[in-house]
Amino acid sequence: MIAYIIRRIFQAAIVMLAVGLIAFSMFTFVGDPIASMVGQDSTNEQRELIAEKLGLNDPFYIQYAHYLGRMLRGQFGISYRLGVPVTELFKERLPATLELSAVAALFTLVFGIPLGVYTGLHREGWISRFILTISLVGISLPTFLIGILLIFLFGVILGLLPSFGRGEVVQIGFWSSGLFTMSGLKSLIMPSVTLGMFQMTLILRLVRAEMLEVLRTDYIKFARARGLTNRVVNFRHALKNTLVPVMTITGLQIGGLIAFAIITETVFQWPGMGLLFIQAINFVDIPVMSAYLMLVAFFFVLINLIVDLLYYVVDPRLRVERTVGEGSV
Amino acid sequence: MKRFGKIMILMVLLVAVVFSQAVYAKTFKYATSGDILTMDPHSQNEGPNNAMKNNVFECLVHRNYKLEVEPSLATSWEVINPTTWRFYLRKGVKFHDGSPFTADDVVFSYKRNAHPHSDMNAYLATVKEVKKVDDYTVDYITKGPDPILTQNLTAHFIMSKTWCEKHNVGNPIRGSTDEIYATRHANGTGPFIMEERVPDTRTVLVNNPNWWGNATKTHNLTKATFVPIANAATRVSALLTGEVDMIFPVPLQDVKRVNATPGVRAMQGPELRTVFLGFDQHRDELLDMKGSGKNPFKDVRVRRAFYQAIDIQAIHKKVMRGASTPSGLMIAPGIVGWDEELYKRYPYDPEASKKLLAEAGYADGFPITFDCPNDRYVNDEAICQAVVPMLSRIGIDVTLNAQTKGLHFDKIGLKQKNNTSFFMLGWTPGTYDGLNPLVNLMTVEGKAHGTWNCGKYTNPEVEALTKKIAVEVEQEKRLKLMREAMRIHKEDFGHIPLHQQALAWGVADYVDIKQPANDSVWLRYVNITK
Repeated sequence: MIAYIIRRIFQAAIVMLAVGLIAFSMFTFVGDPIASMVGQDSTNEQRELIAEKLGLNDPFYIQYAHYLGRMLRGQFGISYRLGVPVTELFKERLPATLELSAVAALFTLVFGIPLGVYTGLHREGWISRFILTISLVGISLPTFLIGILLIFLFGVILGLLPSFGRGEVVQIGFWSSGLFTMSGLKSLIMPSVTLGMFQMTLILRLVRAEMLEVLRTDYIKFARARGLTNRVVNFRHALKNTLVPVMTITGLQIGGLIAFAIITETVFQWPGMGLLFIQAINFVDIPVMSAYLMLVAFFFVLINLIVDLLYYVVDPRLRVERTVGEGSV
Repeated sequence: MKRFGKIMILMVLLVAVVFSQAVYAKTFKYATSGDILTMDPHSQNEGPNNAMKNNVFECLVHRNYKLEVEPSLATSWEVINPTTWRFYLRKGVKFHDGSPFTADDVVFSYKRNAHPHSDMNAYLATVKEVKKVDDYTVDYITKGPDPILTQNLTAHFIMSKTWCEKHNVGNPIRGSTDEIYATRHANGTGPFIMEERVPDTRTVLVNNPNWWGNATKTHNLTKATFVPIANAATRVSALLTGEVDMIFPVPLQDVKRVNATPGVRAMQGPELRTVFLGFDQHRDELLDMKGSGKNPFKDVRVRRAFYQAIDIQAIHKKVMRGASTPSGLMIAPGIVGWDEELYKRYPYDPEASKKLLAEAGYADGFPITFDCPNDRYVNDEAICQAVVPMLSRIGIDVTLNAQTKGLHFDKIGLKQKNNTSFFMLGWTPGTYDGLNPLVNLMTVEGKAHGTWNCGKYTNPEVEALTKKIAVEVEQEKRLKLMREAMRIHKEDFGHIPLHQQALAWGVADYVDIKQPANDSVWLRYVNITK
């Protein structure tokens, strides 16, 4: 088990380095932060001055070496756009994105799994068909369209929910949370539904398919033959077995929720990492862009590691095979 | 009964107090697509940033909403010799932290603004030094006669020397590895005090009760909040639901909607930005015609053919939905040097264009790449897409290359050494004076000339005239010289001016606001009438 973890961590480090190199080399050849930083009336001399100061004229490998050195010390530089240290920007914005992703993931699981179970158990019912049809909508409509439609319906027409922003937030240390205020909670509803809609329909259909398959297996038939109640059969035995693939997918998707909340954050002006990234791209704000990519790579790697470890916990077969493999003759 | 009476009086008083608070608190919340970049007035030269500076800081002179120059921190001035302007400063002015405004602050602000890292130093390019004569008098000494010094000084903001020294921000810093205190803190003399700044979320300003101009102030705000809302649809929704009181810009397709919704209106007016197309006129061989050894754009007939192939009325009606003013000049009405006769465009005549091309030897046309931004000007990409078939019609094979403004300006600008054959660009002269576009767009000779003259258009007469204009002090003569330079450029077809785009602000009905032609939201002209 320990060896497994260490191996995975080593692989993770290699992934991070590779991402860093790719991110960094991409950014050296794209855009000119100087044009964004100087006004239209600046002269060539002024541009040269700034290029020198930023070290933009050094050869590629020297810039990369400096970059790695700074990263290891936790210095991601100063945002070209806002003139503020990147780590501070991230500290301010990460809570917003993490909260949004967490609530969206909650929405996904709380609605996806039960609905998936229901439609799996009652295949032919009209309620099931209705739910499945609606789920098609969730898959086919693009995220930003869902967001704008929700704003239109609940914000403009009904006037129930705010169209943008996080509402009032409470500062707990460096974490700013919108969960403790009425306006914060109200502001969370539409963005998390928008963000989680696609994943929810995915989970719904996945659970449904898995349930249908599991319910056909022999051991379920034998369980019913033994006289176990439907509830025990469906939830204790069938559901548990459907959860393995669901966990894999959820794990991957949660990483996606965090990384790709960009569109939702742009529509709802949610002050999180996604909006920061989009703005950094438009402004060619290299420090923010490269730090963001590293952070996202880190999240994906971490989440996949956790998912792999969870396999151990949930699926006893993996544990047994391992020990058999490590035995000696 | 007596007790009841006392309670009644108390309740009435309480209600009165509560209501009076509500009545006296005039708040204004407004939103645009991007955040301001910094609160340091000497740091970034960018439209919305400059507008915000005008709320918190002041200059010796200031532009009112009609863009006329008025006294501000200087009460009067005189030219005591051709290179020296003497300004008499206003007495009794205090910075927001309570320290008094004196000549020392002006001298200090000059040095700071002229620093090589300041993005605003182009406005002071003609100034040699600033001398203190006494506590309330300063002399600006210029390198040569500068007739438009006061025009430029409207962008030279005064900071407090003591405050800057205390917080160690004696120099503006950009592109460094340390944030400076002035990025998120501000201490000016203006009508509003910055209370809070959370980058990318909100900037909160409150009324300055000690402002020197309060006796004649033209606003009634107690508090103003500026929020960036990047997504246009969300921004419009926020206005319609009343979450914000004003937004800008309103996307063209939403203008009708905003007008039709009760409680809000769309304010439209002309902007000073001119959008135009330019040609590569300096390479011997056009980048798109490798191996041919030819550059068709060196021939005025080809340039004229392009000009006359563009149906600007179609663009005005269909692409801009009426929100543009077709322009024959590189400057807008309202810029010094504008002329009504010259403003008229040449007629749209694609048949004549084909003839001209044939005459010049390009009857079969030639290939070009058309460089366009897609997120800078109003409907920029749509305009370019409309121009492509217009040029195909006269036989030109156009490849459209539309990209985000960062990359576009790289490509056509100095970073990639004007790597373009045919491009779109827009320009608002920062001084609202015709000399600025002449220097930046239409000449190449001289230091700091032609920074955005991406095609390197040059005409010896225009160059000579521009040099004369820079030092001509007599207004009438200067205007004549400018008109002559513009006329020569127009007949040369140096560029193809397209139009001035229109401003569209979405404003709640209870907000009374003035809309200056440079698209700036100046809080000192906002009144809440509810």
